[in-house]
Amino acid sequence: MTRYLLYRLLHSLIVVIGVTIIVFLLIHHLPGGPARAVLGSKATPVNIAAFNRANGLDHPLPVQYLNYVGQLLHGNLGYSYKLNISVDSLLALDLPKTFFLVGVAFLIAVIVAVPIGIAQAIRRNRLLDHGLTAASFLLYSMPTFWLALLLIDILSARLHIFPPEAPQGTTLSQVLTDPLALVLPVLALVLVNVALFSRYMRASAIDSLAQDYIKVARSKGLPEYKILRSHVLRNSLLPIVTLLGLALPWLFTAGLVIEQIFNYPGTGLLFFTSAQNQDYPVELGITIVIAVTTVAGNLLADIAYAVLDPRIRYS
Amino acid sequence: MSTFSRPETAGPPAVPVGEPAPAGGAARSRRRVRINALGLIGLSIIVAACLFCFVGPLLYHTNQVASSLAAANDPPGNGHPLGTDANGFDILGRLMIGGQSSLEIGAAVAVLATTIGVVWGAIAGFYGGIVDGIMMRIVDVILAVPALFLLLILATSVAPSPLELIVVLSFLAWQVPSRLVRGESLTLRTREFVQAVQVMGGGSVRSVVRHIIPNAISTIVVNATFQVADAILILAVLSYLGFGLPPPAATWGGMLSDGSSYIFAGYWWQIYPVGVLIVIVVVAFNFLGDALRDLLDVRLR
Repeated sequence: MTRYLLYRLLHSLIVVIGVTIIVFLLIHHLPGGPARAVLGSKATPVNIAAFNRANGLDHPLPVQYLNYVGQLLHGNLGYSYKLNISVDSLLALDLPKTFFLVGVAFLIAVIVAVPIGIAQAIRRNRLLDHGLTAASFLLYSMPTFWLALLLIDILSARLHIFPPEAPQGTTLSQVLTDPLALVLPVLALVLVNVALFSRYMRASAIDSLAQDYIKVARSKGLPEYKILRSHVLRNSLLPIVTLLGLALPWLFTAGLVIEQIFNYPGTGLLFFTSAQNQDYPVELGITIVIAVTTVAGNLLADIAYAVLDPRIRYS
Repeated sequence: MSTFSRPETAGPPAVPVGEPAPAGGAARSRRRVRINALGLIGLSIIVAACLFCFVGPLLYHTNQVASSLAAANDPPGNGHPLGTDANGFDILGRLMIGGQSSLEIGAAVAVLATTIGVVWGAIAGFYGGIVDGIMMRIVDVILAVPALFLLLILATSVAPSPLELIVVLSFLAWQVPSRLVRGESLTLRTREFVQAVQVMGGGSVRSVVRHIIPNAISTIVVNATFQVADAILILAVLSYLGFGLPPPAATWGGMLSDGSSYIFAGYWWQIYPVGVLIVIVVVAFNFLGDALRDLLDVRLR
């Protein structure tokens, strides 16, 4: 177990180092390099050379990379020259809002998807199962942004139930003051994820239902609801733990689209406006944070899986 | 997923995944028939969509270049079966033109990404050891960064041409096929027929190209089908966010982006037809992939 943990930790570390290399190379791939991005397209070669010398950009690439990693280790993600503020302070404001949106949507999606998946497994190949399968297939094939547009069109433009724009505010607590406006962005994210999770839950519950311990439980006369609660549910929840790790990049991607559509002031929207303004330091800073979160999520999911399921023995 | 950073599976975790074979033979064959019926429906929809996008414009002539503001935002009817958009372009005709780039780029990405992934995975799995370790860590690194984020960074610096879009989308989509093929390759290289090739003096290139890849072909084909669906989706997202093909090119995502400005004006014909079309095409490719998986994958039988 300890060996497995160490191995996974080392593996994650390697992946994180790889991500920093990619981001570092992206910075240098940009036309004209960082100097051009900061000083603008009219900068003279003399100005660019002076900027490069002042910021250590005239060193060999490996030295620059080590400097860059040194900055990252000190928690310095870069500086937005367009907004004239450090990327750290931008993220300190926006990351909580994104984690809130994505986290709430993920929780609700799991709470909804687990019973749906189990119900489908019990009523396998019956009308209920087919109907729910068709619905999840449809939701799964639907572009996230189109689903969001449909929700806006129906629930906001036609029925006037919810406002079409997410609550505005610089801090999370300001955003939370208008819960009604949060409904549509959360709902859109939940729907996309329920489609995905319920498929996993169904497969995993079908797997559990076919196990011998269910037969044993039935033959000793345990009531069906007890079987479902203490045998089927607990055992089929295990794969959902892995899903939490695997779903992170997907959640962030869907989150970016949702934040853009509902104008939700999180990192996704920040990333989108930075991409429009060619504000590279912000884009790259967000990318690093999201990649590291993804790797950490996978690591945690793996460890949780190993701890929760004593049947799994790692060598 | 796959490409679009969904949790990593070959396409949607649809009907047959992780499901123990049903007990009765009759039930199993019923299920196979149903899946294959869905596959046929998917295939027919794909053929119909290709006809609609590539043959349609030859029969249904519309002007998609010069805007006519006099005919802007017309509701369906009156010479425009699906109405017009804010530039006065006929929506039905624009659906056809926009579909061309979606289908072409989707198919090209599937082919290119699958090719890269197959070669990468086959080599990694065949050699194993340190080569495998390094090659697969590279895959892990690229998978750790959500594709849409990398795409937006790359799209910031260039207004993409179709070819550039294909290359970039493929670069972010080959990791899943490479993992699948690596898995196959790892087991195949220990099989007798591959070892026999080596005993007879056949080189590693021959083993990989003539024996490993052909034996993994069903996995490859199934995944390629899902790749098309994913590429069409991510292409629509990119165009919707304004980082797809620049105007005057017509794209499905771009049409939705334009139409979304008029939601509160009630111009439903600018959002619904194109959205429904995207969903239908993506569902069709997912149906086809599912049916192929059921048909080709011997292990599920």
